[in-house]
Amino acid sequence: MSKYYLNYLDELEAEAIFVLREVWAQFQNPVILFSGGKDSILVTHLAKKAFWPAKIPFALLQIDTGHNFPETIAFRDELVDSLGVKLIVGSVQESIDKGRVAEERGKNASRNVLQITTLLDSIEANKIDCAIGGGRRDEEKARAKERFFSHRDEFGQWDPKNQRPELWNLLNGKHFEGEHFRAFPISNWTEMDVWNYILRENIQIPSIYFAHQREVVWRNDTWIPNSEFLKLEPNEEVVSKKIRFRTLGDITITGGIESDADTLAKIVEEVAAMRQTERGNRSDDKRSETAMEDRKREGYF
Amino acid sequence: MEINKNQLLRFTTAGSVDDGKSTLIGRLLYDSKSIFEDQLASVEKTSHQKGIEGVDLALFTDGQKDEREQGITIDVAYRYFTTPKRKFIIADTPGHIQYTRNMVTGASTANAALILIDARNGVIEQTKRHAFIASLLQIPHVIVCVNKMDLVDYSEDRYHEIVDQFEGFSAKLSINDIRYIPISALNGDNVVNKSENMNWFAGAPLLDLLETIHIGSDTNKIDARFPVQTVIRPQRDGFIDFRGYAGRVSSGIFRVGDEVTVLPSGFNSKITSIYLGEESIEETFANMSVVMTLEDDIDISRGNMIVKPNNQPEQLQEFDVMMCWLNNRPAQPRTKYSLMHTSNETKTIIKDIVYKMDIHTYIRIEGDSNIQMNDIFRATLKSAKPLFVDNYRNNRITGSLILVDDATKETVAAGMIV
Repeated sequence: MSKYYLNYLDELEAEAIFVLREVWAQFQNPVILFSGGKDSILVTHLAKKAFWPAKIPFALLQIDTGHNFPETIAFRDELVDSLGVKLIVGSVQESIDKGRVAEERGKNASRNVLQITTLLDSIEANKIDCAIGGGRRDEEKARAKERFFSHRDEFGQWDPKNQRPELWNLLNGKHFEGEHFRAFPISNWTEMDVWNYILRENIQIPSIYFAHQREVVWRNDTWIPNSEFLKLEPNEEVVSKKIRFRTLGDITITGGIESDADTLAKIVEEVAAMRQTERGNRSDDKRSETAMEDRKREGYF
Repeated sequence: MEINKNQLLRFTTAGSVDDGKSTLIGRLLYDSKSIFEDQLASVEKTSHQKGIEGVDLALFTDGQKDEREQGITIDVAYRYFTTPKRKFIIADTPGHIQYTRNMVTGASTANAALILIDARNGVIEQTKRHAFIASLLQIPHVIVCVNKMDLVDYSEDRYHEIVDQFEGFSAKLSINDIRYIPISALNGDNVVNKSENMNWFAGAPLLDLLETIHIGSDTNKIDARFPVQTVIRPQRDGFIDFRGYAGRVSSGIFRVGDEVTVLPSGFNSKITSIYLGEESIEETFANMSVVMTLEDDIDISRGNMIVKPNNQPEQLQEFDVMMCWLNNRPAQPRTKYSLMHTSNETKTIIKDIVYKMDIHTYIRIEGDSNIQMNDIFRATLKSAKPLFVDNYRNNRITGSLILVDDATKETVAAGMIV
């Protein structure tokens, strides 16, 4: 092996840091979209590396559905505190109260789609010209075509057929007033890469990623956590299981898997042996074959 | 964990639906066990709806709504898989002429290109186009897959005939490393496993080749170039006087203590420290994103380049480039474009179209300055300020640039400095 050649994790890290610095150099008011999930935590960690010894020059923007895992909120507050960055919260509840959106109805109702309006409103209200996300191309087929710098028109919409070509490491973030960009520094990472890197760097993540005992309900082929937001069907039963979550979203739609993996090393081992994609437990993606693409066109994360 | 020492290989695949490109990628993903159960279930369902028996491997790579309806791939789609030896990124691009720009995009970061040839048809126009682009973008390794060998009875003669055809025309190109493999993506011959139907072929199967091809020499280790992306000034306790230059090393090696020259000012200084995050390191090399500090307080900003005094890029305001036009709006001679080159940016005009290239016959067409999307041509650019450039052949980062149309803000052209 050549001495002057990076291994793949170092190369992914270098690429992500490069993208984050380009965001800083090319935009006026960029933020990191922070969900409290491992991917946005990773992006935040990379931003810390990219600008050290300076502080992260981006605020964190969280779109709060109100349907949160309590563990995530506690984690978020601690992180924001330790980094000394600004936190902006866009509230879906507020969007509902203002009549900007209406709550979904029915058994599988969630606030997932409603987030789009709150996100776009927050971007506009805070004059954000670039929102940095933790989206990865391996997550979902519509994401496989995302760019590092992804253009959004003045309505916040993505046009997958008219994307800017990205060549070499030349990123074009030029835009008109009112338009914005989404930047995806970890585009080329897979779920496995993320976990391997979290393990290597010993990055702190919320406790719900680790196996723990929890009250859950079996629904849509996955263990949905019991919460004040969950409406039980007559045939459903709350049971206690040792589970962990592979992704982290709205508590009403994020399913857990049965697991004993209670350390990072065990999670890496478990993920390596997985035969289901991580979003396989997300009911928001199961609505139709093109559910993700349809939401992304509208302005989703 | 040993696997963390593995390298990353980026390769591009160009081809049309007909020559089995999607099937080949599906095969690589499937046989390397990179397909998850839920993806498999979804593809099985779609295959069944389309009336196909078993699994249509091509469906693993068909991404977006429009293209599935049209049955074509329209954009660059990225795929990932990992084996115990390497991590792979596939830039999957359509092969049709109207998608030349996508092929160029996918090729720009690739270590290797897979060119697919349908064994029944042999070398066709499209093959020449793909080979030309691989050569133009200086992809270090080209692997020619003669596919659908099952449909020509696994004939050794037919395979050699096609290899001869390819060698015949590719001699005119500049590709350093060409390999050939007879495969059947549909049946899996020589993709992941060695084919029992072609014992006459002594070489390794495709995946083996992808896992072992030497990529350590693909980066330039000689010419030290560090384009400054941004300046880090923390202005906080403990770092009041800290002034670091952040960037990604384009090529070469920098060590603490090295004498350096800053362009364009030409001031010399010495590297006092190199940081990767909080970690202080002794040396840095191509592709690494680091922060450097220098001994002297020099005015340095984004767009400047740190190099070695005895090995500097050329500083040019007028230079020739091979270009690919990427946009629907045709090229406008004498119109100002924004030119992006490393972290530098300037205004430029296309001063002259030297010739257009017929990418099938490799003939230069002079006197035609009508440049449309997907055209490849040689042009003379004149920029408002000097750029620090290397020949693309020696340096894919400091030798490449894009043009942005100020009227639309879109990326309209890719250029390689000659």
